[in-house]
Amino acid sequence: MSKDIIKPENLVYRRTPVLTKNTMHYCPGCGHGTTHRIVAEVIEEMGIQEQTIGIAPVGCAVLAYNYFEVDMQEAAHGRAPALATAVKRLKPDFFVFSYQGDGDLAAIGTAETIHACNRGENITMIFINNGIYGMTGGQMAPTTLEDMKTATSPYGRDIAMMGNPLKITEIVAQLPGTCYVTRQAVYTPALVRKCKRAIRQAFENQKENKGVSFVEVVSNCNSGWKMTPVAANQWLEENMLAFYPLGDLKVSK
Amino acid sequence: MKELRLMKGNEAIAEAAIRYGVDGYFGYPITPQSEILEHLMAEEPYKKTGMVVLQAESEVASINMVYGGAACGKRVMTTSSSPGISLMQEGLSYIAGAELPCLVVNVVRGGPGLGTIQPSQADYFQTTKGGGHGDYRLITLAPASVQEMYDFVGLGFDLAFKYRNPAMILSDGVIGQVMEKVQIEDYKPRWTDEYIKKSFPWATTGKNPGKPHIIITSLELDSEKQEKVNIHLQKKYKECQEKEVRYEMIHCDDAEYIFVAYGSSARICQKAIQLGREKGIKVGLLRPITLWPFPSKILGELAGKVKGMLSVEMSAGQMVEDVLLATKHKVKVDHFGRFGGIIPTPQEVLHALETKIIGG
Ligand SMILES: Cc1ncc(C[n+]2csc(CCOP(=O)(O)OP(=O)(O)O)c2C)c(N)n1
Ligand code: SF4
Ligand SMILES: [Mg+2]
Repeated sequence: MSKDIIKPENLVYRRTPVLTKNTMHYCPGCGHGTTHRIVAEVIEEMGIQEQTIGIAPVGCAVLAYNYFEVDMQEAAHGRAPALATAVKRLKPDFFVFSYQGDGDLAAIGTAETIHACNRGENITMIFINNGIYGMTGGQMAPTTLEDMKTATSPYGRDIAMMGNPLKITEIVAQLPGTCYVTRQAVYTPALVRKCKRAIRQAFENQKENKGVSFVEVVSNCNSGWKMTPVAANQWLEENMLAFYPLGDLKVSK
Repeated sequence: MKELRLMKGNEAIAEAAIRYGVDGYFGYPITPQSEILEHLMAEEPYKKTGMVVLQAESEVASINMVYGGAACGKRVMTTSSSPGISLMQEGLSYIAGAELPCLVVNVVRGGPGLGTIQPSQADYFQTTKGGGHGDYRLITLAPASVQEMYDFVGLGFDLAFKYRNPAMILSDGVIGQVMEKVQIEDYKPRWTDEYIKKSFPWATTGKNPGKPHIIITSLELDSEKQEKVNIHLQKKYKECQEKEVRYEMIHCDDAEYIFVAYGSSARICQKAIQLGREKGIKVGLLRPITLWPFPSKILGELAGKVKGMLSVEMSAGQMVEDVLLATKHKVKVDHFGRFGGIIPTPQEVLHALETKIIGG
């Protein structure tokens, strides 16, 4: 009986061929996996799998190159925008995207981020902001919220001592080299669909040489936050979004 | 048609890059090599050959741009001087680990720290012993003339692509700044994307239908596999040591004493040889052209024939350690150096030979 329902017209979801069949190492409920999927679906839908080069970060997404079925380069910590800059300039008819966490993009790699954005490199930058260093075991990130507990702020982030959470997306939105800057999330199906439309836009912009398209995804890290996936999403909505509100920061005509 | 031009060493690097068909240059200004980027920008090679030239925000960015470009199978390079090269070490380690070819030029200045903008050879250890982390090597070429600055751009790229490993031109402020006659070549076309795709199946040139995607990485979390990666690298380096050693011998046939010197020190030694021979001292020069792989074999052979060797370097004594390793204490070896940007005179060098080796 089950065989009878396997028909094209009944298909509601399938794995995009732009994702490999490798089992992802991400924790259950983590936003990295969802974001990978929608980036891959956009590449599939645009028919650009053979003309896309992706740059993986150092962070939980370091192994992104095992999941995206496009040619991939794995950068040093924070340097993905530098690699992407060179790839795009040397292969201008390719679609180039970088994929980075908040430590990668907004701490060690801040200079590369700012300058790639300011030069107006014609690339797509995907930025996963989970407010923590997931990969290294939950240390404080530049984006960690005030009073948020992490392995290196065990009593909560003390602003006077540890400085302020950094709104890097607001900064890059000020730069003339960015054409599209948006903040999205992927913790509900509706938000996933919205985020996917934003990522599509961010890739489409490369066709018109408009400059950097920058998509922040406010995400969770249930392992680093020490919460169940459901509780993490709730915490994200109540706390992360209060400081990092969703929506477009810049849409150039 | 070959053409003769009077050029600075730094300009020769830039001109050679354009004419050799290099695809991309990424760099950050620093004395004494800023003329390289200046010359490239003035020549506008993006209009002539399509070469990309970009002033990066730092040397960290430069070397990582080189990484991205090299991963695409493109001929890409950067240049800097000592402090900037220090900043590139993580990137160089990644590039070596990911087995990518590229060319880096270090026009060495005196250190440590901000040091001096005057010439030095104190980056020998950093270059030949692996300034970055992990077991890797840089194929290192040491030019002693402006002509060699020009020629080693092509040679450096050829070796880098042959071994899929970064190559370094280890120059110094003298060779970078001095003007000499250079024979320059006609413009070679850059490699086409089709040629790169066909020739370098390891490069990220866009996924081929029906074939697995290409991954450029230096990461391997499984230690068993990571050891295999290292064994493979070491095999490659061994082959390089067997096949790629280059050196020059001057007046070594009848020599009783040998100067071992590279780059501008080798030029000074040539004058010191002349002065020495006028006094009846039979002295010659062994000039390593590749600092890595080091010409250990020939030095070992010479050790059995001569009475002493003096390693002359603008450093506190770095290459001398390799001379000692090569000669295995079969012959007297000592070091003479000036540092901090001081260039020794031929008289000083000869005097050092007389006091440290002959009379010592
Ligand atoms: C030069 C360097 N410094 C530090 C590290 C260690 N390190 C690896 S990932 C990481 C932080 C990653 O955090 P983030 O970018 O937020 O990514 P996430 O894991 O949260 O997705 C750090 C500090 C490194 N690999 N290289
Ligand atoms: S540690 Fe955090 S960021 Fe990393 S996979 Fe797990 S939940 Fe995701
Ligand atoms: Mg993070």
